[in-house]
Amino acid sequence: METLEQIKTKLEAAVPGARLEIIPNGSPSGPNSLLVDNEHAVAVAKFLQSSPALAFDYASNVTGVDWLDTTVKKTVKVKQMVEGVEKEVDQVLEEKKPGYLEVVYHLYSMELKHGPLVLRLRTEDRAGKARVPSLTPVWRGAEFQEREIFDLYGVTFQGHPDLRRILMWDGYQDFPMRKDYVEPDDYEYEPTAHGPVLQKAKQHQAEGGG
Amino acid sequence: MDEALRSELSKQGIFTTTLEDVYNWGRKNSVWPLSFGLACCAIEMIAASMARFDLARFGAEVFRPSPRQADLMIVAGTVTKKMAPQVVRLYNQMPEPKYVIAMGACAISGGPFKQGYNVLKGIDRYIPVDVHIPGCPPRPEALLHAFMTLQAKIDEQALTGQFRPRHLVQDSPSEFPVPEFGEHDLEPPSNPDVWHPPALAKAE
Repeated sequence: METLEQIKTKLEAAVPGARLEIIPNGSPSGPNSLLVDNEHAVAVAKFLQSSPALAFDYASNVTGVDWLDTTVKKTVKVKQMVEGVEKEVDQVLEEKKPGYLEVVYHLYSMELKHGPLVLRLRTEDRAGKARVPSLTPVWRGAEFQEREIFDLYGVTFQGHPDLRRILMWDGYQDFPMRKDYVEPDDYEYEPTAHGPVLQKAKQHQAEGGG
Repeated sequence: MDEALRSELSKQGIFTTTLEDVYNWGRKNSVWPLSFGLACCAIEMIAASMARFDLARFGAEVFRPSPRQADLMIVAGTVTKKMAPQVVRLYNQMPEPKYVIAMGACAISGGPFKQGYNVLKGIDRYIPVDVHIPGCPPRPEALLHAFMTLQAKIDEQALTGQFRPRHLVQDSPSEFPVPEFGEHDLEPPSNPDVWHPPALAKAE
């Protein structure tokens, strides 16, 4: 398989305007991934699938990642007048980074026996604009997995042929795989509680339950 | 009847019994389960019904595909919150007298999925359970033991009096409320008429 850099160059030539970014994995062996912008995701996917040299005909896995809002602290040296003398003083700047949801596709080629290529799509935020284009029209096998991500992470896939909850029932309001999910309190009976479960069970035990 | 007289009569070839004994003997030896499995415990339940373990020895080999013909519900496997209303509805559709065996860690407590968001922490939160079997999954022998426990329980049931079983009490319910799908959880999360959190005795 070509390197990710070569694929990125190819894609930039094939899909004009596509904003691609290589996200390094960090581990020595782990495959780096390719972040694709939402407007050109379907065109990029079609090219990856149809280009004879790449022929990614199989989306083996689709999953979601939840990135919460984060605060990054930076220490900056600032010149300030202290007691009439100009000094360099450390100042801590807090930068808030809004959270987002990610959808990750693992692509393989059955024809050319190579892979994986890891594609990432990012939503704008974690609330009203949690939308990405669906790649089900390109890889049919992504249908149920995208439904699962819709169900558990709350990502809306635009262009999905049948976007419904798949594991939880219709009318369920929560997204259980999000990091800020609060589960219903049914810890009335925890005979062998420990750790965080014990904390939740203690309240019930104080009320006289198990 | 006096035990000595009964013994004396049986020596003469005359056997005496009570209506209650005959009735319960018949019932306990033809407990027909509902053919109904939810997860891997169902595989052990199937194994128990086949030749090696041979559930037929207990008169319980006739797995009925309809709740209307079944006496026993073996809740074999994980009860997800999405499946729980259907399980309760199936139980409601069974005619009295009816019994429930909760088979395996998931059915009795939620098991390894206890702290999950989608698994009911024991089917006894909605329907009365007669025999609980621990295990993940329990071996067929454990299910046979549960059957024998249930048979002993049926055998001891009095037909009259204060301690007669539920199906002989006119006012007692034979159907239990089916939980609804709520926005965050099942509504209600448990049936207080059936289930209360057991009080834990703490060692001082």
